[in-house]
Amino acid sequence: MSDFIFNYGQGLFSAPWWVAIAWPTIWALIKVVVVLMIVMGAVTYATLWERKLLGWVQIRLGPNRVGPWGLLQPIADALKLMTKEIVRPANSDKFLFYLGPVLTVAPALTAWAVIPFGPEIAVANLNAGLLFLMAIVSMEVYGVIISGWSSNSKYAFLGSLRASAQMVSYEIAMGFCLLIVLMVSSSLNLTDIVMGQGKGYFAQMGLTFLSWNWLPLLPIVVVFFVSGLAETNRTPFDVIEGESEIVAGHMVEYSGMSWAMFQLAEYASIWMLSILSVTLFFGGWMSPIDSALFNWIPGWIWLGLKTFFMMTLFIWVRVTFPRFRYDQIMRLGWKIFIPVTLVWLVVVGVWMQTPWNIWI
Amino acid sequence: MSTPNLNTADTSASRAFSLKDFLSSFMLVELLKGMRLTGKYAFRSKITLEYPEEKTPLSPRFRGLHALRRYENGEERCIACKLCEAVCPAMAITIESEVRADGSRRTSRYDIDLTKCIFCGFCEESCPVDSIVETNILEYHGEKRGDLYFTKEMLLAVGDRFEQQISADRAADAKYR
Repeated sequence: MSDFIFNYGQGLFSAPWWVAIAWPTIWALIKVVVVLMIVMGAVTYATLWERKLLGWVQIRLGPNRVGPWGLLQPIADALKLMTKEIVRPANSDKFLFYLGPVLTVAPALTAWAVIPFGPEIAVANLNAGLLFLMAIVSMEVYGVIISGWSSNSKYAFLGSLRASAQMVSYEIAMGFCLLIVLMVSSSLNLTDIVMGQGKGYFAQMGLTFLSWNWLPLLPIVVVFFVSGLAETNRTPFDVIEGESEIVAGHMVEYSGMSWAMFQLAEYASIWMLSILSVTLFFGGWMSPIDSALFNWIPGWIWLGLKTFFMMTLFIWVRVTFPRFRYDQIMRLGWKIFIPVTLVWLVVVGVWMQTPWNIWI
Repeated sequence: MSTPNLNTADTSASRAFSLKDFLSSFMLVELLKGMRLTGKYAFRSKITLEYPEEKTPLSPRFRGLHALRRYENGEERCIACKLCEAVCPAMAITIESEVRADGSRRTSRYDIDLTKCIFCGFCEESCPVDSIVETNILEYHGEKRGDLYFTKEMLLAVGDRFEQQISADRAADAKYR
């Protein structure tokens, strides 16, 4: 389908400037816009799904007044935020104050460029996709630091310091998780990583889902997921936001659309980490069982389903656990996750040298 | 002098190592139990009442909007004894009285400022002739300042309109009085 549109567009004019420069640029922009639209839609409805699920667990109904089953609630919220005034504190640094939210939301959306939505569908099928992701995701901490500092407020500053310390610590554990995945799939290309999960002993039996990375790398999946929670500053690691102590952390001085940017970034990175864990550990777009019916369902539906489940897990964790104490967060990151991932790195390394290596 | 050690990491290290404890915390057993519980709750039937369509039952003693009642022959009950004015802790009631042509004492003015009223129900309790009552009406509003200043005519109108409900509530509660 996408090839057809690409070829059709290329055939519109035969001039070399069109075929070589203009059309590939336009094509790339089209892909970017389509992916951004999907992500934005997913982000707005993630807020509704979160509020619904939080309500259900608390034996409430959740938002159900705007539109049928509350389906128009995110649109009403967006309209409200867009029409609100953006108040800038008098002594804040104007340039940095407005740069903060932009720097937070930009990496969260940029990272989507390398995510493969199907065997040949990705905005950019980079060979160093995993490395690119790692670099882009760690950029997000700058937005937090800058917005916290430029607000010229104690609470915002404290929040941003906590946030940066936490995000940097958990990035290490997360980096080791990615390293292990890189080891077993011997590729940095996300499409290759997914393809590599489709073969193996169980995949030959038709039970593809047992061949995915999650089973042999089980502790790493959990570490990756929990680090993801800490990276996105979600409960139980949301001391950054800490409504009860430092009001809203680095976001305390922001209002209207500038505040909405932070929310956008938060939910975009939640989706991002969900789809990333699906790509790395749960076989991306592949169907769980190698049967005619399951293979008939297109890959993007499988990817969407798995990602939705991971994203629901984020909310489920949020609704279940109370906030961690700050020193316990640091202890978990430095004294537990890093040793666990390091040990597992060695275990997997040794495993790959033995005759029982399953990742050839 | 030793200070109490509050560091959790140190106290757990001083305890004997238990493989069972280690495994249960490493496998997140407790956390998974918690998630199972919240997962179950998500499918419980909801206790939310969808307010404008569904309403909670009201007690006959519910203290809502005020009303002045009449006898069955149409004569207003209030005799201007001013007990309610005296008992009102918020001083929301203003009464002026006069002698009517037939020689009986009646109110010429009976105002309740609902923005002052705290809905304690003392006026109703103090009334010797069951004239001032609090109905179970709770859905009313004012759009301008002064809209919630109820005069005698307005209170009588409320009483006339909801007399059936008011007397039914009084009858239902009578055996406990």
